[in-house]
Parts: sequence; structure tokens; C-alpha cells
Amino acid sequence: MNRSVKKLSAYKVLCIIILIAVALFFIFPLYWIITGSVKDPKIINSNPPVWYPLAAQRTTLHYQKLFQKPAGLWMLNTVFMCVMSMGLTCLTATMSGYALAKKRFAGRTVIFGIFVAAMALPKQVILIPLLKQMAWLRLHNTLWAVIFPTVAWPFGVFLMKQFSENVPNEMLEAAKIDGAGETRTFTQIVFPLVKPGVGALAIFTFISVWNDYFMQLIMLNDTNVLTISLGIAKLQSELSTDFGLIMAGAALGSVPIILIFLMFQKYFTRGITMGAVKG
Amino acid sequence: MQKTIDISRQQRAIRRRENISGYIFMAPSLLFFAGFVIFPMLMCLVTSFFNYSMTDFSFIGLSNYNELVADPIFGKALVNTVVLVLVSVPFTCFFSLWVGSVIYNLNEKVTSFFRCVFYLPVVTGSVAVTVVWKWIFNSYYGLLNFVFKNLGIINQNVNWLGNTATALWCIIVILLTTSIGQPIVLYVSALANVDHSIVEAAEVDGATDLQVFWRIKWPQIMPTTLYILVITTINSFQCFALIQLLTSGGPNNSTQTIMYYIYYNAFKLNRYGYGSAMGIVLAVIIAVFSAVQFKIAKTDNG
Amino acid sequence: MKKLLAVLLVAMMMLSAFAFAEGKTEITLWTYPIGNWVNDEVVQEIIANFNKVHPEISVKVQYLDYQSGDDQVTTAIEAGTTPDIIMEGPERLVVNWGAAGKMVDLSDLWTDEAKADIGATSAALERACKGADGMYYEYPLCMTTHCMSINYNDFEKADALKYINEETRTWTTEDFENALRALTEAGFMPTGIVYCGGQGGDQGTRALVKNLYGAQFTDEAHTKYTIGSEEGKKGLQKLYDLVQEGVLTADPGIVAGDEIPLFCNGTTSMSFCWNASAEVSNKSTMAEDVKSFPMAFPSDDGVPELDGGIWGFGIFNNGDEAKIAAAKDFIRFVCDDKEQAPKSVYATGFFPARASVGDIYTGTEKEANAEFAIFMPYLGDYYQVTKNWAAQRTEWWNLLQRVFASGNIEAEVEVYSNNANK
Repeated sequence: MNRSVKKLSAYKVLCIIILIAVALFFIFPLYWIITGSVKDPKIINSNPPVWYPLAAQRTTLHYQKLFQKPAGLWMLNTVFMCVMSMGLTCLTATMSGYALAKKRFAGRTVIFGIFVAAMALPKQVILIPLLKQMAWLRLHNTLWAVIFPTVAWPFGVFLMKQFSENVPNEMLEAAKIDGAGETRTFTQIVFPLVKPGVGALAIFTFISVWNDYFMQLIMLNDTNVLTISLGIAKLQSELSTDFGLIMAGAALGSVPIILIFLMFQKYFTRGITMGAVKG
Repeated sequence: MQKTIDISRQQRAIRRRENISGYIFMAPSLLFFAGFVIFPMLMCLVTSFFNYSMTDFSFIGLSNYNELVADPIFGKALVNTVVLVLVSVPFTCFFSLWVGSVIYNLNEKVTSFFRCVFYLPVVTGSVAVTVVWKWIFNSYYGLLNFVFKNLGIINQNVNWLGNTATALWCIIVILLTTSIGQPIVLYVSALANVDHSIVEAAEVDGATDLQVFWRIKWPQIMPTTLYILVITTINSFQCFALIQLLTSGGPNNSTQTIMYYIYYNAFKLNRYGYGSAMGIVLAVIIAVFSAVQFKIAKTDNG
Repeated sequence: MKKLLAVLLVAMMMLSAFAFAEGKTEITLWTYPIGNWVNDEVVQEIIANFNKVHPEISVKVQYLDYQSGDDQVTTAIEAGTTPDIIMEGPERLVVNWGAAGKMVDLSDLWTDEAKADIGATSAALERACKGADGMYYEYPLCMTTHCMSINYNDFEKADALKYINEETRTWTTEDFENALRALTEAGFMPTGIVYCGGQGGDQGTRALVKNLYGAQFTDEAHTKYTIGSEEGKKGLQKLYDLVQEGVLTADPGIVAGDEIPLFCNGTTSMSFCWNASAEVSNKSTMAEDVKSFPMAFPSDDGVPELDGGIWGFGIFNNGDEAKIAAAKDFIRFVCDDKEQAPKSVYATGFFPARASVGDIYTGTEKEANAEFAIFMPYLGDYYQVTKNWAAQRTEWWNLLQRVFASGNIEAEVEVYSNNANK
């Protein structure tokens, strides 16, 4: 303890002070969302601004307005989309990652090469044909139109291949000698060994779907299939900008996930780190 | 003789089994990948040679590409996109490295606090972050003008998002807040994993902090840096919600990016063919960027 | 016995199959936010009224917004998931989707009786609803004139009321300039904001530029955009000068949706995007010392030519005759039914397309709307049906942005004209 205190040089102290200032800058928007969502319309844009709304200046009006719209459904849709994308991505990527790492099938280097090359491709590039295709498949305006392209994204395959490389060949051979079939080898030997990778991938997918806006904007129209991101964006209307209502939407869209993040912080950090180390 | 034939037959059987099982495991991924990445990519290439709108679909060769070269807005969008990437990528890397190096060896709780804070904008969601910033930047009742005016930095309200000189920088600032979280997490763990015995040995030898950093830590965290470079580049290229919700590419196309311009052409003007041609150009640009980064990575490692 | 049973069973099955086919026709309706046609309670009531007469048709409704509504319809057209009925104006229904061959001809709704009744309101209505190919792609429900509004109290305090004609609600360009100066002097800054951050509410900025020196936005035949005329350039120049002088603000960062709240909370002394519906929907957010006083746009000769708004219904051709017929039933009921039509129009906050509906506001909660009737005689050409309309709209706000940035009216207008008339 004593030693570490001594080690805090003047430079370090200065750095930490700057960091605290920057940290405030990062926390502030969230604070502004939450306080803005409960501010009375009369004071919401007052000058000077109300930094902290006192009890008398608070209202639940914005939330009432928000829930006159199907905001609960938007949340549900978003969760469904995230969970389905996560599940399908993890399943398909783990299978193919294992195959690419451990199966000597013909053409695997070529396939892997194409996967890697496609990784840097921004989704926007293919949005026009993708839209047509979804329409043709009768998937446009359904959540699957967002989920399938997400699952198709090659990052997961790449990540899981790196993880599967670590599965010792001896174990696979031993399993074969024991007469274990392909399915059993995969579920009982490979899967437990790459589980940390699956966790990392799940978190990655979750964050990227949660943060996605573009795909949703193009693929989802119907009020019933809107996500919370689209919902918030739509709260801005032609003839008025009701910041209180928009902040209520933003709070609804962000606070639950932030709470989840804070609860599972360790897993998030570990997931992100592992993804990078292997990727 | 008989034996060798047996072996080769056996080997062939094994190989066939490997092929079959390999492809069975690959099948779901390949199906999705081919269906929702490769096929649309090819379609994009094909439609880029067509005059493709709500009412028309006719082959026009390279006309779309010729028009692109002459389109001044596309030129602006290209420049803006490159500026966005060239500013935000190095800054993100540098800043997150600095934060990482300050916090990685603090008390565990403090480290985790800072890590959390910088990661907040990522989990908040890009749309929620964007709308609150839009409010803060508002030139009439936005918070930023109020604070800056009271601090004496500006004397009258600045129209942050409506000014060609500031709009792109506002976008870049918000982009930075949403993209810095992950690199910090990565650097903290990479720095914590640096081999301490070497560091201590160097310190005993009287190396300064700076020397220790550049000579010992920097090479060891190089792979992390490269990874961060790649993901930040991809993220910066994909910045869309910010533009659409804050400026729609204005004022005077000063925040126009290729990504937004594709969307604009496809969905406001219904020029799908032209949009596809832009998509192809963007893909090529990103491929070049990635190739350069990989090249740098190779030479540094070699 | 068994045979009889079998026959009965088959008969029943066929009957039920028939009943199923004959049963509910489900149609979808998409509305843009036109007055209260975005308020689910109001719209559901209209649908409920409809179902009393047509219980066999169920109507599913979805609300669009102007920010992304067009994109949604575009994607829906590309994806083949368009609704049956859509509610908006001819600039979208006729010029955009109608001309692209996506809409159904509504000639059978336009009976001679309807033509006469609607024509009695304004001849512009029928002209606007008819496509270049002679087909009717829209059946109108309501209309309005777009005007502006000033904060009466600010004008009073700045002693600027002498610049407006409170009787006719008109003023000249010179009055407008003087009023701006008086307001600025009295410390009411910003006086007004020429917003150009996007296309939201661009009818306001168009009408402003157009009226200052009596320019026409398009030629009479609606074939090309003519703001590049001398009068148009003079109007732009005037705005630029006023901004340079510091008595007017130009803001490429906001659209009408941001400008109106600024007017309502007292930040600005006027809004360039106003109409009867805006008056109603902003009542609750109006600050205490703001008294909205709707005015026509200033013009050099004091005779304004206001932009009209027309809203009505169109039907997307989804190839299902039953649905098309059901959609027509719905439109007929909403627009033509003697009892329902006034209610449908009342929900919009605008004025009926059919002259026979008459005054619907006097003596109601929306009493204030009646005062907007004063602007009806100033209704100008409905030019929003000129081809290339959607592309022109983006060119317009980009033009304003460039004009206020560079001040080079001549060159910027030329770029606009070239692009818009492509």
C-alpha cells in the first residue's frame, strides 16, 4: 500500500485528474438523458438550464406519452432480435470454426480466405440487393431480415476458428478411438473447450446488434416490428421536437442494457478481451 | 502391392469422411454467408452496371462509374469519409492507449470504474447517444453554448451542427466517445499482461518510464494495437446513425460521407444502380485500407 | 344415412370455406401525420365508424412520420409490401408513386357529383390529383393554405404592429424588413429563422422566397422549376442581405420541426412554417407570453400567393381486386359519407375538399381554425406536382445552405436549376 502511494508521481496524479474530467464528459450524456426524461416541459429548455430537476420540477408525463406508443413491444423486439442473433451466430460459427480448424476438407483454405476478406466489408455496401432479396424471401418487415445478415457476418467464424485451434488433436483422436461419433465429439469435447470463445462471441454479437441502426432502418417498417433504436429515432416528428419524450425513449432504450452491463461487467470485459486476443 | 492399395483406399475413405463431415459442419455458416453476403455482393456488382430505379432496369455499362467520378458531392463525401477515418482512428488509438496506461495498474476497483465509464456510450446505444448530443449541440437552448458562453470561450451562440466549419468535428467527437470504450478495455488487459520481470529488470538498469514504455511495453502490445486499428477503421467507415440523425449530410454536404450518400441515393432518389456503384467503390477503398494495415502489420512483426 | 352425413359435411365445409373467403377482407392503411390522423384513438374511432357500415372489412393502420416515411414507402415498394391505402398529398401519391405506376386509378371515385363539389372549393384540387397520364391517383379529403405566424406580443412591444395589416393578415416586403429591424432593435433576437437543415417544412421557405418579389416556383404547365427567374433571385438576395444585416437568422442545422418549438417557447418572434393544424397541435406547448398570430407571407405588392396543402387517399396496386374494392369502400366512406366526412376532416384540423361539407370548426374546440379561412383566397398554384419533385426538395434546402454560406446567388441558383430540371 505504502509503496504504491509513493509511486503515484505528480505526473500520474495530473493524469488522473484529467481522466476524471474526461470521465465526467462520458457520464454526462447519460445523466442528461435520465434527468431530461423526467423534467417538466416548462423547464426542459430553460436558460440557464436546470442541472438537477427538483421534486416539483419532475414529471412522468414523458413516460406516459412514450407508453402510449408501443414502446414495450419495441423493447421486446430488440431483445428477441439480439437473443436470436446471438444464438444462431454462436451455433453456426462454433460449428464452422471447428471444421475450419480441425477438419482437413478440400477447399478449406479458400473458404477461410473468402471469409476473412469479407470481414472488412461494411454492410451498407450490399444493402440494396439485400433488401430486394429479403422482399423476395418474404422476410422484409420481419425481424429475421435483420437477424439473418447478422448471423451471416463472418467475424464469428473467424473468432471461433482461432479458439478451436487450441483444442488438442490428441483429445479428438482419443474420442475417435473410443468410438465417439462426430456429434458427440463436437458437443462433449470441442464445445466445452471453446466455451469461453462462445461467450465472447455472444457478447460481441449482442453489442453489435444492440448498436446497429442501419440494418433495422432499412429492413423494418411496420410499427409492430420496430426496435427501440428505430422507435427513438421516430420520436422526432416533422412539426415538433419533444426532447423530453425523446429522452424518455433514450432512457428506456439504454438503462436496462447499462444495468445488465454493470451486473455482468466482468464477463463483458473478459469477452471483449478474449475476442481480441484470439481474433 | 496389395497393402499399398489398401492403405491408399483407406486414406481415400478417411479423406472422404473428413470432407463430408467438414462440409456438414460448415453447412449452416456457408448457407448464411453465401446467401446473405456473397450473393448480395455479386448482385451489387451486377446492378452497378445498370440504370436501376423504381421504374427502370437497363444496362448502361460503366455510366454509373463515370458519373461518380464527375459527381462533386461524391468527391466531398469521399474526402469527408477519409478525414473521419484518418482523424478518429489514430486519435482513438492514442487516447485509449494513454487512458489504458494510466489506469491499468491502479487499484482494481478504480480501474474497473474508469473502464466502465468509458464503455458506457457503447452500451447506451448509438441512437440514444446521438439524440442527447443533438440536444446538447442545439444552437438556441443547447447546453454546450450555455457552458461555453459562461466560461467566456464564445460570446454568442455557435450553431455547432449548422456550421460547415464545426459540423464534421462535432460528428467526430461523438464518434470518438462511442468508439473508445473497447480499445481501452483491450489496452488495460494487454498492458497488465506485459512481462513484468523484463520491465523490472529495465527499471533496475535505470531506464526511464518513457524508455520502458517504448522499448518494452509497446512491442508487446503491438498485436492489440493492430487489432484496435482494424476494428476502429471498420467502425469509422460505418458511421451512419450519427450523420442521419444529426445533419443528414449537411450543411453544404460538409458531413456527407459515402455511407450516407449511398443511402441517400438509394432511398431518397431511388437510384439503386448508382448507389450500388458507390458501394463497390467503397468496398475497394476499404480493401485498400485493410491491405495497407496488414502490410504494416507484416513489416512490423517481421 | 352415412351418405347424407357425408354430403352434409361436405356442404358445411364448402359453406365455411365460402364464409371464410367471403369473410374478412383485411386492408392496411398508412397515414402520414396529418393533424390528428396520427393519433391512434382518433383513427381507431374512424375505423370503428367504418366497420359499423362495413363489418366485413378490417383495417389495419400504421403511422408514418415525415422524417423516414418516404424511405419506408420506398423500401415497401421495392420489397412488395406496400399498404393498400396511403394518406398524403398529390406530390407523393400522384407525382412520385402514381407516375411510377404503383398506384390504382381512382376514376370511379371521381364521380361527376364529386368533381362538381370538389371543384367548388378549388379547381386546383382536381388538377393536382390527376396524373400526367390522365389517371386519378388521389382522392382528396382536405386542404389548407400554408402561412406563417408571428408572436403578436413581441410585435406589439417592438412597435412593429404598424407593419402588418391585421385585417387582411398581409404585409409587404418592405413592411417585413422594417418589422425585422424593429424587432432586432427592441432586442428580440433571433427574429425569425430561415431553416434549411433538411426538407422538413420546406413549404415555408419556398413560400417565403417566392413571395418576396412575386416569383413563380414552377412554370404554369408544371414542367420545370423556375426559381432561377429574376424575381426568385431577388428574393434569395433579399434574404441573404437581411441575414448579413443581422436582422434575420439562417440556420442550416435545423428543420421546421425544430423551428416551430423555438417560436412556441418564445425564442423567435415568428415561424415560417404554420397552418391551422400547427396552431392546434402547438397550443399546449405555447409559452405564456407567446401569442400566435397567423400571417400571410410578405410580398412586394401585398398580395400573397400561398402554397396549398392537399391531403387525401391513394391505393397501391397490390394486385388483389378484393382489397382494392375494399380500399375504395373505405375511402368513399371517409371522404363522401355525409356524417363521417366532417369528422374525418375535423381530425385533420384542415379544411374540407368538398365544398358541401361547409364550416366544421365554428362552435367547436378547434374554433381557432376558423380564422384560417381568411387565407383561402390567397391560395396559389399547386405546383408540388411538377416532375422530379422529390429530388427537387433536397436540391432546395441544399440551395439555401449554399446561398447563405457563399452569398453567390447567381451561381448557386444555376446549380439548383440544372439539378432540379435534370
